[in-house]
Amino acid sequence: MNFDFSDAQKALKQQTRDFLRAACDTTVPRRVLEDVDEPFARDLWRQICANESPGIAIPEEYGGIGFGYLELCVVAEEMGRAIAPIPFSSSVYLAAEAILQGGSEVQKERLLPGLASGESIGTFALSEGPGQATAANLQATLRDGRLSGTKMPVPDGDVADLCVVVARDGEGVSLAVVDLASEGVSREPVDTLDPSRSHARITFDGAEAELLGGAGQGWAVKDAVFDRAAVLFAMEQLGGADACLQMAIGYAKGRYAFGRPIGSFQAIKHKLADMYIKNELARANCYYGAWALSTDAPELPVAAAAARVAATQAFHFASKENIQTHGGIGFTWESDCHLYYRRSKLLALSIGSERVWKDRLISGLERQEAA
Amino acid sequence: MDFNDTPEQAAYRAEVRAWLGANAEPRKDRPSVNRRLDAEEGLKLAKAWQAKKADAGYACRHWPVAHGGQDRPMIETIIYDQEEANFDVPTGFFSIGLGMCGPVMAQYATQEQQARFIPPLIRGEEVWCQLFSEPAAGSDVAGLRTRCHRDGDDWVVNGQKVWTSGAHYSDWGILVARHDSSLPKHKGLTFFFIDMKSPGIDIKPIKQINGGSNFNEVFFTNVRVPDSQRLGAIGEGWQVAITTLMNERLAVGDAPPPDFREVMKLAAACKLDGRPALEDSSVREKIADWYVEAMGMKHTKARTMTALSQGKVPGPENSIGKVVSAPKLQSVSSFGADLMDMGGVITDPSLMPSDALFQQSFLYSPGLRIAGGTDEILRNIIAERVLGLPGEIRVDRDVPYSDIPTGS
Repeated sequence: MNFDFSDAQKALKQQTRDFLRAACDTTVPRRVLEDVDEPFARDLWRQICANESPGIAIPEEYGGIGFGYLELCVVAEEMGRAIAPIPFSSSVYLAAEAILQGGSEVQKERLLPGLASGESIGTFALSEGPGQATAANLQATLRDGRLSGTKMPVPDGDVADLCVVVARDGEGVSLAVVDLASEGVSREPVDTLDPSRSHARITFDGAEAELLGGAGQGWAVKDAVFDRAAVLFAMEQLGGADACLQMAIGYAKGRYAFGRPIGSFQAIKHKLADMYIKNELARANCYYGAWALSTDAPELPVAAAAARVAATQAFHFASKENIQTHGGIGFTWESDCHLYYRRSKLLALSIGSERVWKDRLISGLERQEAA
Repeated sequence: MDFNDTPEQAAYRAEVRAWLGANAEPRKDRPSVNRRLDAEEGLKLAKAWQAKKADAGYACRHWPVAHGGQDRPMIETIIYDQEEANFDVPTGFFSIGLGMCGPVMAQYATQEQQARFIPPLIRGEEVWCQLFSEPAAGSDVAGLRTRCHRDGDDWVVNGQKVWTSGAHYSDWGILVARHDSSLPKHKGLTFFFIDMKSPGIDIKPIKQINGGSNFNEVFFTNVRVPDSQRLGAIGEGWQVAITTLMNERLAVGDAPPPDFREVMKLAAACKLDGRPALEDSSVREKIADWYVEAMGMKHTKARTMTALSQGKVPGPENSIGKVVSAPKLQSVSSFGADLMDMGGVITDPSLMPSDALFQQSFLYSPGLRIAGGTDEILRNIIAERVLGLPGEIRVDRDVPYSDIPTGS
């Protein structure tokens, strides 16, 4: 039994944490949150790309450095801790994974090197507005290599260069990759709960689109991509949840009321103990998800869903109770509490809500039971 | 990252599995031997099994050789326990002795006492119990009132203990009592091991809300204990007790079934509005929550095991065990009964799914949230020892015990 990251992976994690602590303290997400003209932290993104982080898990033959998914997982946890305002998840967990899972050899060779170096930013478009997107209710349509329809919110859709789109294709659902600079694509930012990560509404009007994976295979590939992304999003959520816990502990030790630190009151102690418990349950599920992702284990769908559910719960709880621990100051714009509160809801709804993932979890268990 | 044994561990696991296969019955769907037997019969079988296990070298392997063990890595004990869990063997009578009393004897008793008491403890020849809690000292165990005073070479003990598992069949017990009420509460305590057959000890079973009697009240009337059976210095009883309680909190961590597996099976079989309950999204959401908790615990243990198998000290994550598993057992049981709707109140095993396991656990689970540290005390421990939050402001720490308000 060796259910732990290797020393080299731990060193990478520490190195990433140190780097982000210096390059991305909370003034950086706050800057992006407040400045409508800065959709993401370009300076930080340039440094992340110089560190070759986007290409960590992308194989060398496609321009990546081909470390592996455990390495990507430890980086993801630190990205989450730093609430980094960059298109890392869209480009790396979603677009690159979709191309790796669904793309032809030619497409991989053409598209992945740009995503690996960060010269090109990718994203993934499924949602078409409020309500769960399903294979049955998609409106976006692919016909004869042309895509029409509206997608929103598309994460980083206003700044991305390419987008993998889930669209109706005859009787079925297909994935298509679209160059967002091409004709027939119009996009505008949409306001979201977390403006430190920009989102767009993209309208496709007969835009040129290239099939990614087999026609009619799109929903299955999307599921496979989301299973993999779920582990990586969960690692980010875990990092964010831990950041909230540390922030709440720091405040509870230093804030005095009734002549004593508020952390000496059981009402606060139990709240923070509950945060710790949820975070540890999430951590254990995330590590198992990381193992399943890194080994392409048959357990991946269930492991990923469990990691996703646990981490969503942990970050949500930690971010809201961090505000509560701070009291009034926690509700102010100047406090950093809301940066995490916003990010926790954003990540909780990216790639589908907790309810959807719980259903996927039970469906996976039913399949295991039947097998 | 992998879940494989090292070659050495795999060889040990194979050896253990072969030995168990030759000496015990695999676990089956029918109720375990532990549920089918009454205490007396169970104890007899358990003693035989523990002796067999000790003779084969599988009991307390990780203890030092000087204390009757083999000084093997903790991971081997864990591997043995994992494998033994697949077999239907009589257990449960020695966990307090092996988990708490043995370690405290090993740390505080004399060489002669260790030679006399530890081998029979390991072999299951003598059963031990723990006498800490009192009617007025549960979570606040340092507030205990049982008194002891010196009389020649002996101490004389008067008072009452409660929640003592197995007192009625135990041969020996560990006891903490107050020798000086004029000292602050933590400073006036002294620790002993005692002969449970001593004159003046009166044992009465407690009837629990589930109708069972797993615990006792133990009354002491002028019970004489030789000073040679004192563990630690006079007034050092609290430090000795704390060592023991830390062992208890590690030992009490797992909840018995039902868990998500059992409730999922039940939900597949029960109908809601004419369709399997498992198709109902509210049911699926709940099972998913319990799955995440159960797997969180399982993988947390794997993290602990990894540390142990690498010879490292495990991190604090193991401290979440009981505070997760005990409330989960209560919610799973309650929800299982709900799935049976109006019929869910029936407790007759012959009429009910899983032999009324959900109903039995509904009545049993409140106890698990209290035993070995309440949910609240465990949260305090996590907050103070793991998260480093400041301790409670105490009104009882630095005053004479006799001056502390008792409300009575």
